[in-house]
This record gives sequence, C-alpha cells and structure tokens, in this order.
Amino acid sequence: MSERRSIGSILRRLFLVDLIKGLAVTLRYSARALVEPRDGANPLQSIYTAQYPKERPNIPERWRGAPKLNNDPRTGESLCTACNVCALVCPVDVIQVSHASREFRDGEKVKKKKVLTTFVFDTSRCMFCGLCQDNCPTLCLELTQEFELAVDSRAGLVWDREMLEKGINVVTYKK
Amino acid sequence: MSSDAPNASEHVFEHTEMLLNMGPQHPSTHGVLRVLLKLDGETVVDLDCDIGYLHRGVEKICEHDTYPMITPYFDRLDYVAAINGDLVYVEAVERLMGVEVPRKAQYLRVILAELQRITSHLLWLATHALDIGAATIFLYTFREREEILKIIENFIGARLTTHAFRIGGFEWDANPEFERDVRAFLDMFPGRIDEYETILSENRIWLARTVGIGVLSAENAIDIGLTGPVLRASGVKYDVRRAAPYSTYPEFDFEIPIGETGDTYDRYLVRMQEMRQSIRIVQQALDGLPEGDVMAARVPRVIKPPAGEVFHTNESPKGEIGVYLVSDGTNTPYRLRVRPPCFVNLQALKQLAIGHLMADVVALIGTVDIVLGEVDR
Repeated sequence: MSERRSIGSILRRLFLVDLIKGLAVTLRYSARALVEPRDGANPLQSIYTAQYPKERPNIPERWRGAPKLNNDPRTGESLCTACNVCALVCPVDVIQVSHASREFRDGEKVKKKKVLTTFVFDTSRCMFCGLCQDNCPTLCLELTQEFELAVDSRAGLVWDREMLEKGINVVTYKK
Repeated sequence: MSSDAPNASEHVFEHTEMLLNMGPQHPSTHGVLRVLLKLDGETVVDLDCDIGYLHRGVEKICEHDTYPMITPYFDRLDYVAAINGDLVYVEAVERLMGVEVPRKAQYLRVILAELQRITSHLLWLATHALDIGAATIFLYTFREREEILKIIENFIGARLTTHAFRIGGFEWDANPEFERDVRAFLDMFPGRIDEYETILSENRIWLARTVGIGVLSAENAIDIGLTGPVLRASGVKYDVRRAAPYSTYPEFDFEIPIGETGDTYDRYLVRMQEMRQSIRIVQQALDGLPEGDVMAARVPRVIKPPAGEVFHTNESPKGEIGVYLVSDGTNTPYRLRVRPPCFVNLQALKQLAIGHLMADVVALIGTVDIVLGEVDR
C-alpha cells in the first residue's frame, strides 16, 4: 500500500486531514452542548443524558416492572382466585400461592370457594418475562411501571401478599 | 544473567516462551472468556480459549419447561440481540406445529429483528472501538442504540431481555406511536452512520490497528464453519436471509455486503454496510405493513406440538443461529439443541491471532463479535 502513494494522500497525511475530520464531529457536538438547552434524552440534541434521579424517566405503559396484586375496585377484595396458573407458568418458579377453602351461602345451598391466603413473589429471581401477567385469567397479577426495586436486605426482595397489594414506596428527588 | 557466562550470547537471543492468562475477568473479552496465550515476546505463538464460565445448561433446562416458558431463555443466549434469539425459537415451534402466523405479525417481527440487528452491531462497534482505544464512538453509538431500545421498550415492555414474541405471533399489537418512532429513527440514523465513518473509516490509528490484522481466507472461513459478517468479510456471499429465507424476507429488497481481504477492517466495513441494509429492510417493511391480527387464531392454550423434529435457522447479527427441536408430543420438548454462531465463530480466533501481537488479540476478540451467553449456553 505504501508504494503507490499519490501526492494527494501524502498531503492528507501531512496535514492530518483524517484526524481533523474526526475531531470536527466531536467538536461540533461540544460546541452545540454549550448553546443548546439541557433537554434530557432528545436524540437530536447534543446532550443526551437523562438526569436521573432528578429527572424521572418516561416509563412506557407496557413496562414489565414491579409485580402487583390488584384488588377489585368495587369491593376491595383481591381479584386473585388462587388458580395457581402464574406459579405453573413461571419459568423460574418465583411464585408460591396458597389457598384455603371457605364456605359461603348462595341462596339455599352452601358452596365452597377457594380463597387466597398467602402469595409470595421472589423478585430476586424474577426475570420479568411477563408470562404470569399474560396468563392471569382475572387480570389480578400485573407487572407495573415501577422499576426501583433495590432494598437493603436480601430478605426484602421476597415480597408477601401485603407488599404486593400495597406496592413499593417511590422516593422522589427534587430538581 | 552474568556477562561472563560461557554461552551468554545464546541466552540473550534465545526464544523464551511465556504463558499469559487473559481473562476470565478482562474488560476486552466481552464477558467471561479466558484466553490462554503462549507468547514469544509480544508475538502470539499459540492460543487456546477456555470457555464455560457462563454455562447455565439452558438446553437441559428447556427439556423440563413447557414451550412458552422456553422463550425467555432464548433472550439470554445472545443477550445483546434477544429478539433474534426469540425469533428462531418461536419460528421453530411454529414450524413444528404448522401454525400460520398472520402477515402483520411477520412484518413486525422483521422490523424488530432488523432493529435489533442494528443495536447489536452498534454495541459491537462501540466495544470494538473502545478496545482499540477510540472511546468517542462508544458514546455516539450508545446514543443511537438507546433510541432503538426505547422503540423496543415501548412496544414490548423490556429493553434487553425482551421476550418479544409468543408462539403464533405477539402478545400485543404495536403501540400507536410505533410507526412514528421508527420512522423518526430511520430519518436520523443514516446521518449518524456517516458520522461514525467520518470518525473511524479514514482514521490512521484505526487503519493501523485493523488493516491486515487477522486475515482469514474464504476457504479457511468455510472450513471452520463461520457464518455471519465474519464469513461475509472473507468474500463469501452467504446470508440465511437469502440462502434459506424465513419469515417474509423474500419480499424485501436488500443486498448482502461482502468484503475482499477478510481482515479486521473488512469485517468493520461489512457490519457498517449491514446496518444500512437493515435500515432499507425496516423501511420497506414499514411501508408495506399489512393490516390485521398479530396472533394466529388457532394456537391452543397448552402447546403440544405433534411428535417430530425440526431444525430451523435464522440469520442472527452474529451469524447463523439454529434450533434443533425434538418433540415427543408432550408439552415439553424431548430435546432442544442450539447451534450458536458465537461458539463457532470463536473457533476462528486461534487462526486469526497466531503471528500477531498481544495487543491485536484484543482487536481480534472484538472483531469476531462473540457474546459469552451464547458461547457457553
């Protein structure tokens, strides 16, 4: 390659054209960063970094984040029918559902109904594939938009029914 | 060594070979790859790859999981191109079951797979350049990668390990903003590739580190069994999307970029061209996006494919990924075997590196583009 070097390529090498062209790209962004307003995560702007945690990220509606057990908004009772489908379909076995049989009166007859007692969800091993949510027949188990799952202890990663119904406390920071 | 020793001159010029452990905790091995190097000074005399640090036994796990439960595991093979991993598995099961996937779902799959191919190549470019010492490009490519991840995140609900497809189609139709977002990205991205090429393609440091490094002839590449950009850079026009078309790829017009010499620089050029071709495919798929359902109508709740076997391959960003699936008629596969492109491509490293300098090994591990999740499974 070095034998057949033209005058043009020698001049380009001498005046560092290749390096200056590359640097021009970088410098253009640096110059724009001085004048453009800081608008996080706009791809057309030169400063792209989102200022988390002062700036909350825009979490999409379909995000598969922290699990939640929904209650019936009319009665306040859990929508879970303890059908155990979520536990069966989970590839990593993070869900444990237990139920009790409760008798109730339907007109004249006395019927038995499965009632949810405990629901344990181990978020430390969950891979957030969303299969449990897809297969829940009553839309009870839901993966919400909450994503800040860090806790102080390993035991805190195992969520019980109360935690799943209440949801996590989100700490918001001031700008 | 004392100078008055009788054979001092012989000792001075003696070849002294030394063994060097590179990895498994080394930033440029892109994961937990251990490379044993036999060095003579700084020249690589021999090399051996020690793999298995990320072995999780995915193929065995799949034998006692039902068919829908296996899809998330395919995200975790090649975790920088999860959608392409999903696609090959889902298509294999669909072929076994004889399910006809709606055309809209197929088009959306192609769009997502090609976008994921771009993210994989962007991540490759970022880390490869970072290994060689060009840190600027890393920030630029990750900015564009983030845009694609946002599109995927809005559609699927996760960024990396997406679990994008279900057997028979999609869980949800595309979000309303999907088309607008993808078009905005397509408008922006070609200019950004030009920027990367301005920074790298003529840069003399980049040229010095890549041109003529790790030359692999076409015959050698075929002998080792390489696929993907590594094979195409050696001048072999082989792409599964054309050679054994799957999904709706025959309907799209795109070219297969090939290299000439098969060195590290050619592999860089081929991948840059592939990103441009992926944009063309996404553009065409988006223009011709059909209406209709995204889920096949006749997929049972409990998936039990008829007894039989299938071998299905796809073109993943790294090469030809294949799934061999044996069904015995129950709801779990009898055997599942993955043909990983990264594992096969890694075998070329020995041929590539011998005779080059120790510092070039870093560039060569980058250029074969391996992901250890797929190498070790």
